[in-house]
Amino acid sequence: MSARDNILSRIRAANAAQVAGKDTQSSAARLAEHPRGPLPTMAKDPLQQFTDCSIAAASTMDEVGGRQDVPGAVARYLTDNALPMQGVCWPEFADLDWSGAGLEMQARSANGDDKVGVTGSYCALAETGTLVLLSGEEQHATTSLLPETHIAVVSRQRIVACMEDVWDLLRTEVGTLPRQVNFVSGPSRTADIEMTLVYGAHGPFRVHIILTDE
Amino acid sequence: MEITSAQFKKSASNKLADVKVQAALANAKGRFVVARAKAIQELDNFEEIRQAAADVRDHCLSNLDQYLEEWERKATAAGTVVHWVESAEEMNRLVLEIARNNSVRKVIKSKSMLGEETGMNEYLQRGGIDVRETDLGEYIIQEANEHPSHIIAPATHKSKDDIADLFALKHKRPRLDDITELTHEAREILRPHFLDADMGITGANFLVAETGSTMIVTNEGNGRMTTTMPRVHVAISSIEKCIPTMEDLSLIMRLLPRSATGQSISNYLSVTTGPRREGDSDGPEQFHVILVDIGRTRVLGSDLRAALRCIRCGACMNHCPVYQNIGGHAYGWVYPGPIGSVLTPAYVGLEKAMDLPNAATLCNQCGVVCPVKIPLPDLMRKLREKQTELKLSPVAQRAGIGAWAWLASRPALYGLATRIAARIGKFAGGKDSMLHRLPFAGREWTRGRDLPAPRGRTFREIYAARTRK
Repeated sequence: MSARDNILSRIRAANAAQVAGKDTQSSAARLAEHPRGPLPTMAKDPLQQFTDCSIAAASTMDEVGGRQDVPGAVARYLTDNALPMQGVCWPEFADLDWSGAGLEMQARSANGDDKVGVTGSYCALAETGTLVLLSGEEQHATTSLLPETHIAVVSRQRIVACMEDVWDLLRTEVGTLPRQVNFVSGPSRTADIEMTLVYGAHGPFRVHIILTDE
Repeated sequence: MEITSAQFKKSASNKLADVKVQAALANAKGRFVVARAKAIQELDNFEEIRQAAADVRDHCLSNLDQYLEEWERKATAAGTVVHWVESAEEMNRLVLEIARNNSVRKVIKSKSMLGEETGMNEYLQRGGIDVRETDLGEYIIQEANEHPSHIIAPATHKSKDDIADLFALKHKRPRLDDITELTHEAREILRPHFLDADMGITGANFLVAETGSTMIVTNEGNGRMTTTMPRVHVAISSIEKCIPTMEDLSLIMRLLPRSATGQSISNYLSVTTGPRREGDSDGPEQFHVILVDIGRTRVLGSDLRAALRCIRCGACMNHCPVYQNIGGHAYGWVYPGPIGSVLTPAYVGLEKAMDLPNAATLCNQCGVVCPVKIPLPDLMRKLREKQTELKLSPVAQRAGIGAWAWLASRPALYGLATRIAARIGKFAGGKDSMLHRLPFAGREWTRGRDLPAPRGRTFREIYAARTRK
């Protein structure tokens, strides 16, 4: 018998021996119906909740009209914070007029030397102020991970209330999950030394969110 | 990992006398407790969610074979290589084999308590592999050649000064005195390793059967690095971590970070399904998941089964008055605090961890804060009973309890004996009605405090007198 068979048969024997509190729900039904558990009440509308929770998670926020306004907003943020004006962006933003805003943006994946990374976000989660990033051909994971500054462009129309909504959206729009779904809530942090919070542990020191209408 | 739980009393005494450990514990305890208390207030239906999470975990365990099979089907379809192992030795051997088959020289690791159980790092290092822990706390511990003292804050027993000395020595750089600077120095030191490691090893907070995914949370981003940068990713997970659906994950994730650090969500939550897809710009070429038993099926069939619900948040230890005073190392194995007092005897043997189930006042703080409602005091009580049944506890203790049981099951005799004892106690209490020194084992108890003396009449006498009126 293989380790697999041994383990599975021991599980079955252990569960068969349990007399009290026998579970009646079938696993097939749970997998097919994926029922939601009790949800907490969200007092605010999703946009307000997303904004408040993002700030609570130490992200900063800006709002613009359309995507053509993104380079200007990025330049403003970088200038205000005395950050480098060069970086990398996801290919979906390659067509924007970066140089017109005084920026030098390359549409490629980030390496250890890039200081600024601009990404989109599949959707955003109001409940906790969270970006939802999917892996893919042009959604480089490194762009939101290696640079010290991560700027994410989020569409107001893609803000969902709770994590369960994210899964429903993925089931409808994407089907099979991509290699990785990453939930990102603010800059990288640690409190491993004397429980003192420090930003920029291994990932970005700062996360800046630009809300757009597209 | 070596088990030193048998020396619990001695270790606990040492930790109580250790000024540095006491300072670190004093700093940590209030923060954890306050942070959790605040965070759960964000949920207007916290208790309802908590009950639902406990029910989901029980349902998972009752159908674990089916969920593991479904998980395996989906994971395999996504290109994950699934392995099953029964023992710690097999797991370590398999990880080393995967590393060797892929000519791996350097491994970056995101923390895993299962890896601590099996001593995986040491095993790989003996096999010639360079293994780097990347969670800051785990990195500190690895550099100091120690073991974690807390499941989510592994270096919580070390002070800033300890770490400053350690980094100056190991990094061969000028000694830093600031926590932010120390953290950023570790970032600089570890960054090149993230970029050039051949293999990443992570644990798994959960396995999601619906999609065949593994899920890990980190705050630092080292989990994302470890699962994305190297060409091979190995995730090790014990079998009880399997949950049915993404909805169940969402439910449990409302509780885990809030109970652990008081965050509404961990900074990074990564759901991984298979290796790099065709056309993907990043991700490992191979993704191996090792499903590990090491004692889980045995516990599943025992009366400690509820302990397998555990989601490893650490709230039970953070709220335990015993842990708060002695810290994690005194417990002598991987899991400290109340959950450790149950899991250590369950996994390594009761005879090797005799003191742990007794290292609790049964105040039930742990039971109250546990996000999946594990009845920890009940489980510790069961282990105590087992110690007596198996005649593992000291003879004097068993004789004492035996005598008590004999007496307590004879009401008339019990009444007489307690009436006599109450009168002797009153006499012995003297003018201030306090017993300053008890005989036998009681001497330990009165060494640091007084026992109020009986006032001459037993409860039963007073009760009988009142009802007669």
